[in-house]
Amino acid sequence: MFGSCIIVFRETLEAALIVGIITAATHGVPGRNYWLIAGIAAGLVGSAVVAAATNTIAEIAGGFGQELFNAGVLGIAVLMLAWHNIWMAAHSKELAIHAGNTGSAISDGKRECSVLFAIIALAVLREGSETVLFLYGIATAGGQSTHTMLVGGTLGLTGGVAVGWTLYAGLLRIPLRWFFSVTSLLVLLLAAGMASQAARLLIQVNLLPSLATPLWDTSSLLPPDSVLGTLLHGLAGYDARPAGMQIIFFTVVLVSIGIGMKLISQPQQPSKQ
Amino acid sequence: MKKLLPITLFLLASTAFAADAEFTIVIREHRFEPAELTVPAGKKIKLLIENQDSTPEEFESFALAREKVVPGNSAASLYIGPLKAGRYPFFGEFNESTAKGVVIAQ
Repeated sequence: MFGSCIIVFRETLEAALIVGIITAATHGVPGRNYWLIAGIAAGLVGSAVVAAATNTIAEIAGGFGQELFNAGVLGIAVLMLAWHNIWMAAHSKELAIHAGNTGSAISDGKRECSVLFAIIALAVLREGSETVLFLYGIATAGGQSTHTMLVGGTLGLTGGVAVGWTLYAGLLRIPLRWFFSVTSLLVLLLAAGMASQAARLLIQVNLLPSLATPLWDTSSLLPPDSVLGTLLHGLAGYDARPAGMQIIFFTVVLVSIGIGMKLISQPQQPSKQ
Repeated sequence: MKKLLPITLFLLASTAFAADAEFTIVIREHRFEPAELTVPAGKKIKLLIENQDSTPEEFESFALAREKVVPGNSAASLYIGPLKAGRYPFFGEFNESTAKGVVIAQ
C-alpha cells in the first residue's frame, strides 16, 4: 500500500503543481473554472486511453514511440504555456484592474481558456497515464492487493492534490502588484523545464546528441529524489545531471518566451477608438 | 574557417548516431537480470529492456537520467551514455523494493 501511495503521490504531484500554477495564473479570466474542470476530466480520460494504447504507442518509430509521444505532448505544452504568458503580458493589467470585465479581454479570453484547457489536460494525461499503467499492473495481480492498492492510491492522490492546492492558495495570497509577475515567472520556468525534459527524451532515443553527459552533477547538493528535488523537478524540470542539450533547450525557451513577453508589453501607441 | 561548419555538423552527427554497444536487461519476477551490468565507459550504449513479467515496469535511473515504461511481455530500448567510469544505479519504479540494479561503466 505504501508503494502505491508513494507512486501515485509523485505522479499526482507533478500534475497538481502545474494545475495549481495555471489556475493561479489565470485568475480573473472569465469562464476559466469550467475549462479547468473540463481539462482535468479530459486529461483523466486521455490517461486511460494512453495507458490502454501503451503497447501500440511504444512500437511506433521502431520502439521509440513512447519518447516521441511524450516529447510531443511536452512540446505542445511548452507552446501553450508560451502563448499563455505572452497573452497574460498583454492582458494582466486589464485583468487586475477590471477583475474580468474588460471587453477586449473577454474576446481573447476564450482562446486563453482553450489554452488553459490544453495545458491542464496534457499535464494530467502525461502523469495520469503512467499512474494508470502502474495501478493496472497491481490490479491484474489480483486479490487482496487490489484493495490495499486502492487505499494507497487514493491517499497518494489526495496528498498530491493537497500540495497543488496549497501552492495555488499560497500564490493567491501574493499582493496583486506582484501576483502576475510571480505566476508568469512560474509558468516561464514550467515551460523551460518541460523543454529540458523533452530534450532528455529525444536524447534517450538518440535523436538528439547529449553534448556533455552530464554537464554538471548536483546530486550531492540537491538529490533528485529528495522532497525539494522532486518539487523543483515538477516546477522547473530540475535534473541533477542534465545533458548539455537540455540546458540549451531550457535556455532557448526561457529567453524566447521572455522576449515575447517583453515585446508584447511594450507601451501601445494611443489608439483611435 | 570554411571547413568548421561541416566538421562541426559531422561531429554532432557522429555523437548522435554512433552507438557502439548493445546490452540486454531482463525483467523477471520484478527483478532485473543482470542486476549488475558492466559496460564500456565513454561510449553511447543501447540498452534493451526485456520485460518477461505480465505487468508493466518503469525502468528509471537518476544517475543515468533515464526513464521508460516497458509494457508487460514486451521489450523496449533506450540509449545511455557516454558514461564516465563509475556506478549508475537504476530501479523499477513500479516495484522499487525488488527491482534494483546498477550499471558499472569502466
